[in-house]
Amino acid sequence: MVAIAEKLRGPRSRLEFVFDRPQVLGSAFLAPAILYVLLLVGIPFLLAVYYALSAYTVYNPTYHFVGLQNFITVVQSEIFRRTLLNTFIFTIGSQILGLILGKFGALLLLRPFPGRKIVRALIILPWAVPIALATVAWEWMFDSLYSVINWVLVAAGLVSQANEPQWLGDPQLAMLCVVIVNAWRFFPFAIVIFLAGITAVPQDVLDAATVDGAGFWRRNYQIILPMIMPIVVVGLIFGTVFTFTDLSVVYLLTMGGPVNATQVLGNLGFQIGILSGDVSHGAAVSLFMLPVLFVLVILMLRFIRRREI
Amino acid sequence: MPPIGNSAVKEGAFYMAVTFFVVLAAFPFYWMLITAFKTNADLYDVTNIPFWFNKPPTLEHFRYLFEQTLFGRWLLNSLIIGVCVVAITLATAIPAGYALTRLAGRNAEALAIGIFLTYLVPPTLLFLPLSRIISWVGLQNSMWSLVLVYPTFTIPFCTWLVVGLFKTVPREVEEAAIVDGCSLFGAFVNMVLPLSLPAILTIVIFSFTLTLQEFVYALTFVSASAQKPITLGVATDLVRGDIYYWGELMAGALIASVPVAIVYNLFLDRFIAGITGGAIK
Repeated sequence: MVAIAEKLRGPRSRLEFVFDRPQVLGSAFLAPAILYVLLLVGIPFLLAVYYALSAYTVYNPTYHFVGLQNFITVVQSEIFRRTLLNTFIFTIGSQILGLILGKFGALLLLRPFPGRKIVRALIILPWAVPIALATVAWEWMFDSLYSVINWVLVAAGLVSQANEPQWLGDPQLAMLCVVIVNAWRFFPFAIVIFLAGITAVPQDVLDAATVDGAGFWRRNYQIILPMIMPIVVVGLIFGTVFTFTDLSVVYLLTMGGPVNATQVLGNLGFQIGILSGDVSHGAAVSLFMLPVLFVLVILMLRFIRRREI
Repeated sequence: MPPIGNSAVKEGAFYMAVTFFVVLAAFPFYWMLITAFKTNADLYDVTNIPFWFNKPPTLEHFRYLFEQTLFGRWLLNSLIIGVCVVAITLATAIPAGYALTRLAGRNAEALAIGIFLTYLVPPTLLFLPLSRIISWVGLQNSMWSLVLVYPTFTIPFCTWLVVGLFKTVPREVEEAAIVDGCSLFGAFVNMVLPLSLPAILTIVIFSFTLTLQEFVYALTFVSASAQKPITLGVATDLVRGDIYYWGELMAGALIASVPVAIVYNLFLDRFIAGITGGAIK
């Protein structure tokens, strides 16, 4: 018995000796996470670039190198140019709307009042619930026959039953719908970000400013806003990245329609690359997200380190 | 002191603004709720006032959901996917987060930011190559493809969260253990892990909810009904041709949303702390 115990202890303690060096243990601890990410984010990313430069399709998987041909074909297509413009409208529109709602919502929630916790919990819902499911609920609210929004408009006498807006059938309205749903999804996140920033502003700074004669607006825009800027920018970058590359809202609400009026890069890449199996052109479409993502990541890097709050 | 009339107007405006926000945020969910319990005759009649029950509520849609669709199976799939992804994330993100806070010297911060930035690489950029990779490894049309792919965003996100949380564990804890004869690894297992239970719980919650919220990869990789997770199943499978089963759809969306919403609310502050850069100073 004693011998067995001795034998077991030998290699184990040698192992422990190796693992006692911080570098070795550190690398061993880091390796799984880094390998996972390299294998399933790094390699696919390079593959995406490679597909975009080749003539690869699901039906004809040849890695025939075609240079920038796919990108040229894509840019020449009118649908793509429309899509690119739509993606910017979709992103910028919903982020601005989300930020405005977020700022005002945060100002409201800053003040204690009875039931604030419940109100906060309810306001967080759009951000918490899986967006695909919430989008389905919106689709039902925009329904062509039984839209509750139209019911209200008719009941209020704003439109007649014959001229009910076809929310998802009209090109302009459809764009408005996807922007609204996406802003609706992000504004709770904006509220929480603003709240986290504002509550972290030291009270003595505000008191000092008040003593020096700064009023409400001045405190808001010359003291609080500059101080919370980094955290707001980080939140905004998140929102922008996830909106710019989004697929679910558009896919479920309009499928890019009517006639590509709400087509965005993510959905176009999906339709070309997955549904039609034209992997190389799909990859080329998706890669057009890169320049924007790149700029956003650089911004993120600048702000994530300068954060004071 | 301002005159009372003025402050009453202000109060009124304040509560109206709060009401506006609550209605804006919560109405779609109220709509989900009431649709799920309405009879079809009540739903598809434009002359009814749609905001409440014009006919007695019904459980018919829920019954249909569980008896006539694969809803139960989707719930189970989501549970299996969630549990596996949580396990993979725990096993990788906790050691990585610890290493980045304590062991990895000078480059630790750059490395931590590098890992976190991969969270920003969007699914719509990776889904094409990943779908090829998945068919090479023979997982196409299987929920196990999602178990394989979901950690690509849970690991970066959770590692970042863990870095922030480990920073709050005082270094003296391990130093004391090492002085008492523990190895470095032993100090991690015996002292740090028990202290980081909140970190572990946070990871469990967020990996799980992130897998439930995911839609793009599921849509791309899984088309067999029996393999779908709940979000994808409800959003794509309850639609037959152009006919929507709104009652069933809303019932399904409701069941899948409620737990996520509750849990998310409870852990919201952690999430925000994580997303805005590790621990709040």
